[in-house]
Amino acid sequence: MYYLWVFLIGGLVCAIGELLIIKTNITSARILVTFVLTGVLLEAFGLFDYISDFARAGINVPIVGFGASLAKGAIGAVKARGLIGAFTGGLEATAAGIAAAVGFAFLFGLIFHARTKN
Amino acid sequence: MDEKKRNEAYNKYVQAKIPKTRPWPSLFNSFWVGGVICCIGQGINDLIMLAFPSMAEQTAWTYTLIVLIFLASFLTGVGLYDRIGKFAGGGSIVPITGFSNSITSPALEFKHEGIIYGLCVKMFTIAGPVIVTGIVASILVGLVYLFI
Repeated sequence: MYYLWVFLIGGLVCAIGELLIIKTNITSARILVTFVLTGVLLEAFGLFDYISDFARAGINVPIVGFGASLAKGAIGAVKARGLIGAFTGGLEATAAGIAAAVGFAFLFGLIFHARTKN
Repeated sequence: MDEKKRNEAYNKYVQAKIPKTRPWPSLFNSFWVGGVICCIGQGINDLIMLAFPSMAEQTAWTYTLIVLIFLASFLTGVGLYDRIGKFAGGGSIVPITGFSNSITSPALEFKHEGIIYGLCVKMFTIAGPVIVTGIVASILVGLVYLFI
């Protein structure tokens, strides 16, 4: 039954993004930056886990979850190792996602060819 | 003075050329497509947990994101993700699949400028600012938590 929450929250987050695009004509880069920073703030204020408990993939699949991982990694590493954690934690927590995105983009970039846009 | 007039005329021209999206259908489409993408993510996560019950929850989530990133990158490569994007707008940009698409898409598009200066450089035209602001914000959050 929790799939209903996943669908509703995930859809809502995406609809907010679409609303921003319609109202302000901002580019997709700014949309992504806005949502990542939102995720960082939600995690920094300790709110993300409350949402994540019932929304699950609904908040973790949107790029908000990527921002939250960055902040969560930095906070955890600072608590465990002190100052150095502020520099290592964020990327450590998101390394898999960034490496996968870059790696697959490189691979498929070599394999496929751009289609001419109509 | 003349320049001002010309800019106004240009802005009017741009406004006329911007594709008009009717707000309600596009909001509805991004809502349900975004919701479906999240449900697919939840499904992948549940399957991974089912197949590897001993796996830590965090690790399973990481694998889920990798699978989603792989799928989006592949769909971008075969030209399907752009079609979803045209239909769903924010529904295809906001999920992590949109992040993956934003890296693969320029990589494909600028390949003709060379592997290094085209594919490798242009890959980060959209993802670059996302990663930079994300890292800077995470350092700041870490520093704040160091002192509280």
